[in-house]
Amino acid sequence: MAKSLFEEKLNSGKFLITTEVGPPKGVDIEELKHHIDLLKEKVDAINVTDHQSSVMRYPSLGGCLLVKEQGGEPILQMTCRDRNRMALQADLMFAHSRGVNNVLALTGDSIDVGDHPNVKPVFDVESAQLLRLIRTLESGKDAAGNDLKGSPEFCIGASVHPSADFIEPQLIKFEKKVAAGAQFFQTQGIFELASFRRFMQYASQFNVKILAGIIVMASAGMARYMNKSVPGIIVPQEVIDELATAEKGKGLQKGIEIAVRLIRGIKEENLCDGVHIMAVGNEGIVPEIIEAALMEHAQT
Amino acid sequence: MIIVEQKPVDEIQRMIAPYERVLILGCGTCVTVCNAGGEREVSFLHDALLLAEVESKEISHTFVEHTVKRQCDEEFLDLIAEEANDVDAILSLACGIGAQSIAERFPEMVVLPGVNTSFMGMAKQWGVWDERCTACGDCRLDDTAGICPITRCTKGILNGPCAGTKNGKCEVSPEMDCAWILIYQRLERLGQLDKMRRYYPPRNFRPIPRPRRIMASPSIVAVGGSHG
Repeated sequence: MAKSLFEEKLNSGKFLITTEVGPPKGVDIEELKHHIDLLKEKVDAINVTDHQSSVMRYPSLGGCLLVKEQGGEPILQMTCRDRNRMALQADLMFAHSRGVNNVLALTGDSIDVGDHPNVKPVFDVESAQLLRLIRTLESGKDAAGNDLKGSPEFCIGASVHPSADFIEPQLIKFEKKVAAGAQFFQTQGIFELASFRRFMQYASQFNVKILAGIIVMASAGMARYMNKSVPGIIVPQEVIDELATAEKGKGLQKGIEIAVRLIRGIKEENLCDGVHIMAVGNEGIVPEIIEAALMEHAQT
Repeated sequence: MIIVEQKPVDEIQRMIAPYERVLILGCGTCVTVCNAGGEREVSFLHDALLLAEVESKEISHTFVEHTVKRQCDEEFLDLIAEEANDVDAILSLACGIGAQSIAERFPEMVVLPGVNTSFMGMAKQWGVWDERCTACGDCRLDDTAGICPITRCTKGILNGPCAGTKNGKCEVSPEMDCAWILIYQRLERLGQLDKMRRYYPPRNFRPIPRPRRIMASPSIVAVGGSHG
């Protein structure tokens, strides 16, 4: 039996679409709820980010409970930056008890890039170790080898960086995550298909599902900022140039166009199992992207 | 060696304010090499504090200076026992271990730290020191080609790089090398990439509950330590 609705979909062979929502800084969750409502019927699952970019926010687990309450399928993003093994295990058990059964295991951005640079970074474990820790809980034992009274079950995923500028060490890490039990990967943002094709030629030998990460750019300025300040993101110059051709105030439209083109390309070439759309603050436009990508595809 | 940085003079002035007679005590080992707490720095700091007093027209302190071979060994502290009787506070320019040795050796004496103890590291070039060891108590340099990921990776992770690395640099700073890229390159050079492909389980943080103590085996104690 599938461990979650999303796992069922992973095994269905259909082209999957996931997206993500970022919880607010503060307790006003109206916009978050609005985004969940807008997206829940359009995608196969909604990731809830975990203090993304190390900026303190409403918790990922709280966001996942909202997704559940509103009838959507959540993926709990869980980083190792803020919790030790004790706290991670407790949150995992809590998540399972409330029907949050998909987890994306991430190491987490460094504390230094966020808005609380003076707090203590944890990193008691990292992504590959967290994946194994989840599998350990499923076996009925905790991280110290003690018996659990009732064990959870999760559909677990991880991230990979297909267009990293130094790819070999990233692929070694990828294989460790596969060996640790990752069932699906939502990739770091990709901006062109050439390097992604190369990655998929390699990755298709593994029995895991790959969802290509699509970051929707709102302007050339945002792309430059991401290159400079967002960990790991490498937006190619051609994409920045294309964004720069947009008229003032039309940058997001151009970003949507690029995202749609990438999704169509991936789907037409049958490159991977689906896409993960990251609209970073513009969650409202995701349905439009999905509609355009799928509709234009149907017409070709 | 242990790398320290001298505290700003105004902070030292605030610390010594309540005490009239102050012994500025240097240390002849690590802090001498990193130019922060040796005989020369003791003398410079003495001059700086005197000058500050003259400028403020409030002469309220008397200073004596001394530098011992090692503040972290009690036998060297015996040499300042007499001087310590004549002062109200000792301003230590040794690392935190030296300052605490003084506190333990002279139970009635006020001890003030004149430096911030930063890390264990090495000189990279003149005036530049880099951290290299966190004394984690569980050395894995054999697995990582002699490059410590606990110290040199900002997240201290064990199974390869995170996805934040760009141009071989860390997400924290474009000036900082990604330790895991360095490890990969060196393992490749040594023909040992299989070591990177291994899975490393979570660290044993048991050595962390502090303070730690190491007991020498009886044979070593019999030979008589390594003072010198």
